Amino acid sequence: MRDVAVVSFAQAPSVRADQLRNEVEILMPVVAEALGRSGISKHEIGFTCSGSSDYLAGQPFSFVMALDAVGAWPPMAESHVEMDGAWALYEAWARLQHGDIDSALVYAFGKSSMGDIAELLTLQLDPYSVVPLWPDAVSVAALQARAMLDGGHHSERDMAAVAARSRRDAASNPNAQVRTPLDEAAALAEPCIVSPLREHDCPPVSDGAAAIVLAAGERARQACARPAWIRGIDHRIEPASLGARDLATSQSAALAARHAGALGGAFDVAEIHAPFTHQELILRDALGLGDRATAMNPSGGALVANPVMVAGLIRIGEAAQRIIDGRARRALAHATSGPCLQQNLVCVLEAD
Amino acid sequence: MSEQVYGIKVPIRLDYTYVVGTAPARFLRGLAQGKIVGQRCPSCAKVYVPPRGSCPTCGVPTRDDVALSDKGIVTTFCVVNIPFAGSAVKAPYVSASVLLDGADIPLFHLLQEVATEDVRMGMRVEAVWVPNDELQPSMNSIRYFRPTGEPDAPFESFKEHL
Ligand SMILES: [Zn+2]
Repeated sequence: MRDVAVVSFAQAPSVRADQLRNEVEILMPVVAEALGRSGISKHEIGFTCSGSSDYLAGQPFSFVMALDAVGAWPPMAESHVEMDGAWALYEAWARLQHGDIDSALVYAFGKSSMGDIAELLTLQLDPYSVVPLWPDAVSVAALQARAMLDGGHHSERDMAAVAARSRRDAASNPNAQVRTPLDEAAALAEPCIVSPLREHDCPPVSDGAAAIVLAAGERARQACARPAWIRGIDHRIEPASLGARDLATSQSAALAARHAGALGGAFDVAEIHAPFTHQELILRDALGLGDRATAMNPSGGALVANPVMVAGLIRIGEAAQRIIDGRARRALAHATSGPCLQQNLVCVLEAD
Repeated sequence: MSEQVYGIKVPIRLDYTYVVGTAPARFLRGLAQGKIVGQRCPSCAKVYVPPRGSCPTCGVPTRDDVALSDKGIVTTFCVVNIPFAGSAVKAPYVSASVLLDGADIPLFHLLQEVATEDVRMGMRVEAVWVPNDELQPSMNSIRYFRPTGEPDAPFESFKEHL
């Protein structure tokens, strides 16, 4: 495998609704910042890959329009995934393995504020047997939370503890959106939105964007004093049908972690993409994290900033940034996509 | 005997509150005042209308507003012969790319007050606005374009804008 590293990361602060800027206007400064930090110009970038969803924008080919933020002239090699930007990063990493190019730009954007995100996510379910029932995203997540609680290993108190820690960490993250402290006892006394999920168990609705520059070998060392080397990366998927898998566990996350080399050793930081509190508990089990991670979601995670299609890429960016800054030597990053953790990507990052 | 099911209908409706963006909003507000506002790229100096906030060639923000003429050149066009449901215009009619004077990218609009067979590339045209009290932040503020009667623009003057 060719050594490929994250050499720069930038993100837009997550907001409830950016009612002034369109996607291109949000994305442009983020792309410019990521490229600027890497010192790699858009003309040198060998491959560009983005993650977004036309369903969020409410119009077809919104990802093509987003290229206006990059300036696709002279003609460039470009690709897109209708997935979280973490999967765009995976494609760029695979593209860099070909060996003929030395750098890649990855970006993701999404404005969940323009529609009803909980209803919109219904459309990723089975169109014949599930969509006609219109279960919204919170209800579908609640099925999973119930399955986890019924397993008896985690409690609603554990879920509230995840929310409280995320809020605490959000206080020192300028890009976080939900930063009010959470009183666990008071929060547990609140009624459920959809049993067993309370407001603090659910992610905010967010608009946002993020960009990462990848570089290989010597080019990465030139671009960054302390590159965050991708030592392992893998993604796995489970059946789309919610009844065809055990919702209380995440086999695909465990499998991806194994293939990414994430099951051994300690991590200075783990950034886990868990939009709901119970999903962090399920993922911690699946990844066998236990107390192997010194800092768990120090950014506050998707519970405090959840731009859909971006939040997974931000996990990789946040983890990599800690290595680039010298605050961490080894980091675990995780991204998820689909209902109830259907798809999972695991990435192990290390300093030299 | 159970009845075979060959298909189902699943009505799907999603509602959006669309945010056009800062630059397109300036363009739309201009239309409400009977003005056409483009934006110039600080890097390559091209003027975009409607502006989307960036220069798609350079990938940099466009911030300088440019007041554009409501006259321009038909760079290319098509004659629509087949009516479609909900169309407000009777076929045949002409949809044209109009390069406004001072702009580097054409606007797409309806062409009227001219026989379809008389429309040609290079034809000089002007906007016909709705009455002042009907102006709104929408392309509907321009009813259509029509010929000015000026001499045609030479091909060389717009060949880069096709
Ligand atoms: Zn330009």
